[in-house]
Amino acid sequence: MDFFAHHVLSVVLFTPLVGALLLLLIPRESEQAHKIAGNIFGVLGFLVSLPLVRWFKPEWGGFTLEETADWIPSIGAKYHLGIDGISLLLVMLTTFLGMIAILSSWSAIHQRTKEYYILLLLLQTGMIGVFVALDFFLFYVFWEVMLVPMYFLIGVWGSDRRLYAAIKFFLYTLAGSVVMLLAILALYFYAPVPAGGTRTFDVPTLLAAAQHFSDPLKVWLFWGFFFAFAIKVPMFPFHTWLPDAHTEAPTAGSVILAGVLLKMGTYGFIRFSLPLLPADPLLRHKIIQIVIVLSLIGIIYGALVCLMQKDMKRLIAYSSVSHLGFCTLGIFALTPNGLSGSVLQQINHGISTGALFLIVGVLYERRHTRLISEFGGLATPMPNFAAIYLIVSLSSLGMPLLNGFIGEFTILQGAFQVSKAWAAWGSLGVVLGAAYLLWLYQRVMFGPVTQFANEDLPDLNLREYATLVPLVILAFWIGIYPKPFFTLIEKPVQKIVEQVNPGFYQAEHAKLPPPELPAAMAETK
Amino acid sequence: MNISIINSIVSYLRGDGAVILPEIELVLFGLGILIIDFWIEQKEKYINAGLALAGTLFSAFTLWRLRAAVVARGEFSGFHDSVVVDPFFLFFSILFLAATALVILLSVKFLDIEREQEGEYYALLLFACVGMMLMASGIDLIVLFLGLETMALSFYVLTGFLRREKRSNEAALKYVLLGAFSSGILAYGFSILYGLSGATNLGNITSALARRENLVHVVALSRLPGAQGQQMHDLLARQLPIALNFDPLTLQLLPILAFVLVAVGLFFKIAAVPFHQWAPDVYEGAPTPVTAYVSVASKTASFALLLRLFISVFTPAQKTSQEQWMYLIAGVAVASLTWGNLAALTQTNVKRLLAYSSISHVGYILLGLVAWNKTAFTGIAFYLLSYVFMTAGAFAVIIVLRQKGLIGEELEDLNGLYQRSPAAAVLLLIFMLSLAGIPPTAGFMGKYFIFLSLIETHHPVLAVFAVLYIVPALYYYFRIVVHAWLKQPGEAPRPIMTSAQIVALTVAVFVTLAAGLYPEPFTRLAQYAFGQ
Repeated sequence: MDFFAHHVLSVVLFTPLVGALLLLLIPRESEQAHKIAGNIFGVLGFLVSLPLVRWFKPEWGGFTLEETADWIPSIGAKYHLGIDGISLLLVMLTTFLGMIAILSSWSAIHQRTKEYYILLLLLQTGMIGVFVALDFFLFYVFWEVMLVPMYFLIGVWGSDRRLYAAIKFFLYTLAGSVVMLLAILALYFYAPVPAGGTRTFDVPTLLAAAQHFSDPLKVWLFWGFFFAFAIKVPMFPFHTWLPDAHTEAPTAGSVILAGVLLKMGTYGFIRFSLPLLPADPLLRHKIIQIVIVLSLIGIIYGALVCLMQKDMKRLIAYSSVSHLGFCTLGIFALTPNGLSGSVLQQINHGISTGALFLIVGVLYERRHTRLISEFGGLATPMPNFAAIYLIVSLSSLGMPLLNGFIGEFTILQGAFQVSKAWAAWGSLGVVLGAAYLLWLYQRVMFGPVTQFANEDLPDLNLREYATLVPLVILAFWIGIYPKPFFTLIEKPVQKIVEQVNPGFYQAEHAKLPPPELPAAMAETK
Repeated sequence: MNISIINSIVSYLRGDGAVILPEIELVLFGLGILIIDFWIEQKEKYINAGLALAGTLFSAFTLWRLRAAVVARGEFSGFHDSVVVDPFFLFFSILFLAATALVILLSVKFLDIEREQEGEYYALLLFACVGMMLMASGIDLIVLFLGLETMALSFYVLTGFLRREKRSNEAALKYVLLGAFSSGILAYGFSILYGLSGATNLGNITSALARRENLVHVVALSRLPGAQGQQMHDLLARQLPIALNFDPLTLQLLPILAFVLVAVGLFFKIAAVPFHQWAPDVYEGAPTPVTAYVSVASKTASFALLLRLFISVFTPAQKTSQEQWMYLIAGVAVASLTWGNLAALTQTNVKRLLAYSSISHVGYILLGLVAWNKTAFTGIAFYLLSYVFMTAGAFAVIIVLRQKGLIGEELEDLNGLYQRSPAAAVLLLIFMLSLAGIPPTAGFMGKYFIFLSLIETHHPVLAVFAVLYIVPALYYYFRIVVHAWLKQPGEAPRPIMTSAQIVALTVAVFVTLAAGLYPEPFTRLAQYAFGQ
């Protein structure tokens, strides 16, 4: 137990890997055994991550549960793990969605099951690694490693255009990440070395050192990191890989892609890009303006494209572009509300869009098509499914009392504090979001049953409930009582805002009326 | 009388002989194979391979002993300062021996299938290795050239070893012609170096060139207007009147010419663009184990020679010469990266594809030369080390595919390899990831050091070029992976691995992964090679 307490992050990180290695030992023919083993390790991965929540102390804004060990002393790379509130939430999202994604594959995947579960588990390790690594070298390794399993998940178990989508995904992400590698190396090289010390890849150290860099260097570093994260998120001009990858991937792959993978980009923005913003206010303003405009274009363009889609899965894929636009808008508003809203919205997006992809998966397993025109009036044969789908749609479009509302509202509020125009354009995205999601729901679920094949589709089975209901519960939880989540991220967000936007708190403070003395004290004077 | 012969042999081995003992052992084993080959039956020809393998092991053991000597008393040279044993030699020799051993292991079954199981093959492999080791140990132009030719001649024969195969013959002829041509250019460069300095020893050449550089400086100063120039002019008129007639530009020209000729000759050998045309044809035509050998060992050896010359003779300590050759090398490096990566995109033959990819790897290593600092040297050594094992591994998978009735060189032949032999497919994937430079593999670490050195020496543009070429590289490496993993298998039979092949693949994959997951010892080794 003591060992576990000291190495809890390593345990969380490597549990899926151990599962993958154990799966290697199971013979190729026993499909059932692969499924069971895969699910056991999916659940186990989530269970071992639960103590993180318990041991985490939200009052402390820095990194906790840290682990450090020498890895490559000659270049100063260390095995350094640690989490703060932001990464904690993302790790929990990863283990949780991973468990659900693995469960959702039970009846969808019948060929090469062994490799499928191995790859899913490897992917889990890669993604958790990205969120917990506090060493740039380690971070980069996880960042790249996770591409390979995802490539195969799309390439082997995807639908018709899987080869194209898989390599496109790989190449796009790789192009961004190699540029990031250069930025990491530059950061590593330009950071001053303490007398008698060696160079280091330590994230907090390097980012602290970066504060003293000259502005031109910071701008270069910022753009170097920016491309990697912007492609991953994906922001507007870099988004074209996303609809292909999400549409062609198997259901579990889409859930993971949308739910977790995209968050690696926004996480990178928060953790690495913000501290690299130049100090010169004009320069900084220019950069922020560019990023914000791209986010707003993403929000509106993504939503408009959604309205035109004929394929359910493609529609939901494009909706990610729009939703992630909100996340980047919140991040680069540089206000506490914007940032916490953005972090929460990342979680929300993982829950809602993950659930939406599961829903498409449910329909696809029954009908083997994803075309909207093939469906219609499904509420009649599948009433329970209709209810869950409605809740998920509403949560995704930002209905109050559901999670999406909290995230989008907080982001827009944060953006409003900086610029009313940003908030106005952003809220246009909310309206359009309601339009495309409700219209999709209407076309698929309402009206008369148009196709003979749809007439007696079976409703959800137990396993499908097990994948969807937890997500719905979470959606309600965040929607009704988001305080625990905000508490987790409050301190880290405050720290970031103090660091990158020091003027904000002073300005906010100045807006308050001068503190009035309580009546009792006034009398005594 | 016998005693006196033995005594003289022993004293020889204690003196100069010790310096080339690893090479001597390889030669003896090679000759032994040639003799024994007459006695053994066709079925027992694998004994030759065993002997050759034993030769490399003996040689490696001797290297280990030499290392102890180097640790104890520093580097030492013999044969009137023409051969040296230093960390540089030890590092490269062990690489050559490893490559040779891998190729021997991979050759046995391949030659059986081709019905060309001859003793000469293994003897030639060992002789080529001797040549390469001399290229790493020589500090004399003659030794270096002889080493290079020993290697090259062995390779010409090995390339054409499949006598009955047209492609193999054609490749050999092409290789001989272009190889002889490039050796000629190199020899011309060497002759100019000799003419400039009157010496063949690299150390003497270096000091002669440095004196010449000083003279150029003085002459240039004497032409300056003003008092200082006049002073220098008077001094020269008194001390060395003839120098007043020299034109500083012409004086500088000859060393540059020598440098360019040597560089061109070596660029041929390492197959850098635009001197690469022989590579794809030779790679395709040669028996696959020989392709692996040419790709891995000959390239590493030529780099060893290049580095030796650059570090001692064309050392960038002389600021002027550094700028001169930096542009040349940077240009060749970018051209190699560009052409190697772009041409590889459309290849359908795996061996040709790997030929072009190896051209792009040359580009990366040359970028290390451009950076020219500590990190760059570590990077070059690390890159070459990882290159040896990952490329040998990739070819090994292709060799495993070679079965009776199946060539296994086309991309189509790889179809559904995963269903036919999962182990081979996984290994192929690992080697391809490493070649592309995806962590955590050895290939990534090599590239890491090169990129870092470029940033350290303020070459951001080159660095951006270099990293972006990873993207097309990944695309064509993954074309191989797509065929092996994602396409349906056709009629092709299941490949069967022999135990020798399994050993070779295990070694290759072990180093490829170990140097990526825990690079510390390998980094130390790479640093050791350049005396850091």
